[in-house]
Formats: sequence, C-alpha cells, structure tokens
Amino acid sequence: MGRIGDRLAALRARGEKALVPFVTAGDPDLGVTEALLPALAEAGADVIELGVPWSDPSAEGPTIQRASERALRAGTTLRRILGLVKALRPKLDVPIVLMGYANSFLTMGERHFPEAAREAGVDGVITVDCPPEEEPGYYDALEACGVDGILLAAPTTTPERLAMLARRTRGFLYYVSLTGVTGARSGLPPRLEENLARIRAVSSVPVCVGFGISTAAQAAAIARHADGVVVGSALVERIARAKSREEAVTEAASFVAALKAPLRGEPA
Amino acid sequence: MTAAPTDAPAKPGRFGPYGGRYASETLMAALVELEEAYPRITATPAFQAELADLLEHYAGRPTPLFLAQRATALLGGAKVYLKREDLAHTGAHKINNVLGQCLLAKYMGKPRIIAETGAGQHGVATATACALLGLCCEVYMGAEDVERQAPNVFRMELLGARVVPVTSGSKTLKDAINEAMRDWVTNVENTYYCIGSVMGPHPYPTIVRDFQRVIGVEARRQMLEREGRLPDVLVACVGGGSNAMGLFHPFLDDAGVRMIGVEPAGEGIGTGRHGATLCAGVPGILHGQKTIVLADDDGQIFPAHSISAGLDYPGVGPEHAWLRDSGRAEYVAVTDEEALDSYVWLSRTEGIIPALESSHAIAHARKLAPTLRRDAIVLVNLSGRGDKDAPTVRQILEDRAKAQAS
Repeated sequence: MGRIGDRLAALRARGEKALVPFVTAGDPDLGVTEALLPALAEAGADVIELGVPWSDPSAEGPTIQRASERALRAGTTLRRILGLVKALRPKLDVPIVLMGYANSFLTMGERHFPEAAREAGVDGVITVDCPPEEEPGYYDALEACGVDGILLAAPTTTPERLAMLARRTRGFLYYVSLTGVTGARSGLPPRLEENLARIRAVSSVPVCVGFGISTAAQAAAIARHADGVVVGSALVERIARAKSREEAVTEAASFVAALKAPLRGEPA
Repeated sequence: MTAAPTDAPAKPGRFGPYGGRYASETLMAALVELEEAYPRITATPAFQAELADLLEHYAGRPTPLFLAQRATALLGGAKVYLKREDLAHTGAHKINNVLGQCLLAKYMGKPRIIAETGAGQHGVATATACALLGLCCEVYMGAEDVERQAPNVFRMELLGARVVPVTSGSKTLKDAINEAMRDWVTNVENTYYCIGSVMGPHPYPTIVRDFQRVIGVEARRQMLEREGRLPDVLVACVGGGSNAMGLFHPFLDDAGVRMIGVEPAGEGIGTGRHGATLCAGVPGILHGQKTIVLADDDGQIFPAHSISAGLDYPGVGPEHAWLRDSGRAEYVAVTDEEALDSYVWLSRTEGIIPALESSHAIAHARKLAPTLRRDAIVLVNLSGRGDKDAPTVRQILEDRAKAQAS
C-alpha cells in the first residue's frame, strides 16, 4: 500500500475522517503553492490534492476555472509542478495527489508521466476526463510506478459501473457528491447515504466525497458517511480573496484547521 | 442511417487510435444511454419516416447539385460542381444534423436542448429545430463570437432560444463547448446536448456523421444521374469537420475518389494564428475525444484563429484524424486572404454568395481545377450561404479601400 492507503487506513483505525483540501497549483503562482503545502499539512490536511491547471477545464465551476487561468498566466506547467513537489518532498510527509485533465498528463506521455510523478514523490493522480477503460496502458503504468490511479464515481454512475470503479481505483474512490461542476454550494447533497451504501456493498476501498463542500458543519455531516471529504472551491476562494501572499497562506491554513477539527472524532 | 461496414471501429467509438469517450464520470451514464438509444430509436420506421419527411418538406432536401459552368470555364480545367447545402433551410448543412438529433431527443423524452455555437449557424439550426419540435433551447456562444455574429444571435432569440454568452477562456467556440458540457453535467437528467459537429465523446462523432451522410448519399446519386460516373475529387472545408464528413463518408469505398479537406490557415500557419489542426496539430485529448489538436508541449490548447468563426476550432473530428493517418483523405489549408478572395469571386462568377467557411473549399478548388484534365470532375461542398458574413467582409473591404486611398 502507498502513502495514501497507509494514511487512510490509520485514520480509519482511529475512527477519524480524512480532510483532503484541494488547491490549484500555481494559483496565484508556484511560490504561494510552495508555502501552502507545508502550511496545509501542518493545519491538518491528511492528503493534499494539487490541481494541475489546464486551458479547457470543462468539469470545473467558475472558481477553479479562474484559479486555473491565474495559474496559467503565472507560467505554471506540469513540469514545474512536479519540480515543486520534488523539492518539497523531503520535508513533507503528507500524501500528494495531482488532479487534472488527460491532455496534461498524456501529453507528457502515458509512461513518462507516471515515472516523473513517482520520481517527484507524487502519491496519486486523478485524471478527471479519463475513464479507466479508455487508457488501460496509462493506468497500468501508474500502477507499475506505485502511483495511485484514483477514480471518480458520480450519483449518475450505474451500479455495475460503480462496482468496476471501486475495484479499479487505487488509494481511494473519489465520490462526486453532486451532479454538476466543482463549486461551493450550501446544503447536503441528496441521495448521498444511499449512494455511499451502494459503494460499501461492493468494496471496502476508502471513499472520499467532494464537489460542493464549503463549511465545517457540512464536512462533518458528510464525513459521517464516508472516509473523508474533499474541499476545493471554498478553499480556492479564500486564497483568491486574500490581500497578500501571507494572508492567503494563513487564511487557507486556518480554514483547513477549522474543517479538520470535527473530523478528528472530537466533539464538534 | 446505419454506418457502412468498412468503418466499423475495432472498439466502439474508435477511429484507429482516435475518438473514444474521455468524459467526466458524471456524463458516462448519459453517454451510455445515448449510445443505446441512438441505434434503437433511429432504426424504428416511425423515426425514419418522420426524419425523412422533415428533411424533404422542412429542410428542402435533396439540395441541388449545380454545375458551375462559368467557374469551370474561368479555371480552364476540371468541371466544378457545387453541392448546394447553402439552399437547405437555415442556410447551411447544419440543419441535417440538428433535425436528426433534436428528433432523437424528443423520442428519448428529453425536453431541454443545449448546444454550442461558433459562427452561430449550428445555434440557429438548433433553435430552429427546437421551435419546430416544441423543445426548450439554450445556446452557449463565446462572448467574442456573440459580438462578431450579432445577426445570428438575434435570429436565435427570435426563434425562442436563450443565448448564453461565454466569457471564460478565449471566449470562442472551444469555451462554448466547455460551458455546454458544464451545463450538461449539471442538468443531465432532462437535457440533451446537441453537438454541432463530428466531435465530442462517443457516440457523438458517429451520430453527427450519420445524420450528415445525407449530403454525400445525395451527391453520389446526383452525380451518377448527371454524369454517369463518380467525381474525381471531393473538396470540403473542415473546422470540426461535419460537412466534409457528411460528403466524404458515402464515398469511402470508392477508391478512385480523392477527398480533400480544407482547413483555415488564418493569417498563415507560420504565424501561429490559424485553425489548421490536421495540417499543424499534435495528438491530444479535448472535449471528450482523442484527436489532433493545437496545443503546446504542456498540453495547453491554443485558441484557433480564422476569418470564419465556424472554422475557428483547435481540434477536429476524430474520424478525420484517422482518414488523414490512413491516407484515405488529404488535408490542406488556405488563408483568410484566399478565402476572402473566393467569397467575392464565387459571388461574381456564379451569383452565389458562399459562407466564409465554404469559401475555403472554393479557394482550394480554384487552385486544384486548373491542374486537372477537362474531363475530370471536382465536387465542392458549398456548405453554407454567405449572407451572414456580409457585414464582416464589407468592413474588411471598406477598410482596405480607405487604406489604399490614403
């Protein structure tokens, strides 16, 4: 098992839920990301998702679209992101997952990218627009490199497909709790419990729930049914609103700490 | 309506290494539903009869095959025939596809249609079909295109559609597609996404091709009736590639028929300001498909450029990528300047104002015909009428006249 599996298994053994914050790498530039990663880990992030900005992010809502545009304007590339992770890795124990689009990863190469990810110390990769059946060679190469190929499932996923995804995913299954693009929303997603039960029925793989989680109360409510929660847009918004780089880092860290508190199994 | 056996891909939705279904998980169920519903519904006599009736009595098919005699005489080589898709209802071939898809949506019980549009032709066609069939219609259009194609925006609104300007990314067709996909992800249960070209995740490239095949099926029959033989060369412009695929596909097994797709070279391929994907692109994944794209070595997609908003796309239908690689079709590019010149030339030579998109095909035919024998036949797909481009062209010509005078 890799660093992600180890971390989630240890949390599960303690009855604790994972907090998986998402930030877009290079938003507003890689210097901020460099400061953010250790700060988020320190604040309680159990796994960090690092968004790889792409020109055509068709699964993202406006918040992460704008973050991607800012990152690209600052000259962020996949190579530079890998370089940053590699530089930080010796001082950083938190598992790191890259989340991005097939064209970013496959342009680097279905074999070369998994090797470069391993070498940089990346633990998992989520390829938003790449179902496993389309690129078996790529997912095999990730596996061979010991990098978790994390798959997504959605409320619209059929039971047969859900079973396939739960079997093929590595690290955890990322359950997209809403039908829609990324972005903060209020209220709990409908049919969440029933859908998570469907996953449990076919697999013991850890499940992290994301898309639309914006408050600590919401995170805690959803975490009761899952192994962890992913918080993206709400965090990215705080970074975007900050008046300085320092404020971006401290605001993000305090938000992560607030989100994590009720997930430790302590009274909320 | 069914595809010819020769093109049956090894894996569903694959054209050689291209095509596929690179979609986010939320859309997979809808794509599978469509993949299942499409052959089942389109095989029914009720659907076929209703579509055939609409194509004939509403869209005005078959469109004529016209021998361009003055053009032929001026060029001094091959006979030039024009397939008059400009005479179809709404003024372009786009209506063939939308009547098929919107009827399919209706049979599938989806009351809401979304579409993307570049030049506005696909948006107008979709709005038209929705008005006809009583469906709710929303069209995503890049903010920059909303500006360039104001008359088409008004047309869509007149037809009862809501036009949503897209301000993300490069504010053009590719961003309109992203936004339509975001809408579809969110409203997938009651919404049908009517894609405008032979692109997108499987099964769209196949569906759109099948609905556009009527162009080539008619042209092939008309040519046999008229000349007693097949044409030597087919010429069609390629943005996403639906009019070209519609013309080419029924001729794929006719080994003697050359096929040439004409891409927009914009200001010149060397300038980087172009949309000549197959001539200058790299393999990549965009909008749910593996195909050839315009991208840098980090995989970032370049905005395409063309004088014609309808060709302004940094990808291309995956089946074209495969026809290129397999050598069955050739792809060339002509510049904005050449297209503009042919817009004026065809207007004056034949009394037909071609769309700027189609003007690219005309421009290449003008280069090609003089190099061929007089008994050769070139068949050009005149995919749309050019009235919509008149304001753009007028502006350019007036600016030039002023520049020359000063």
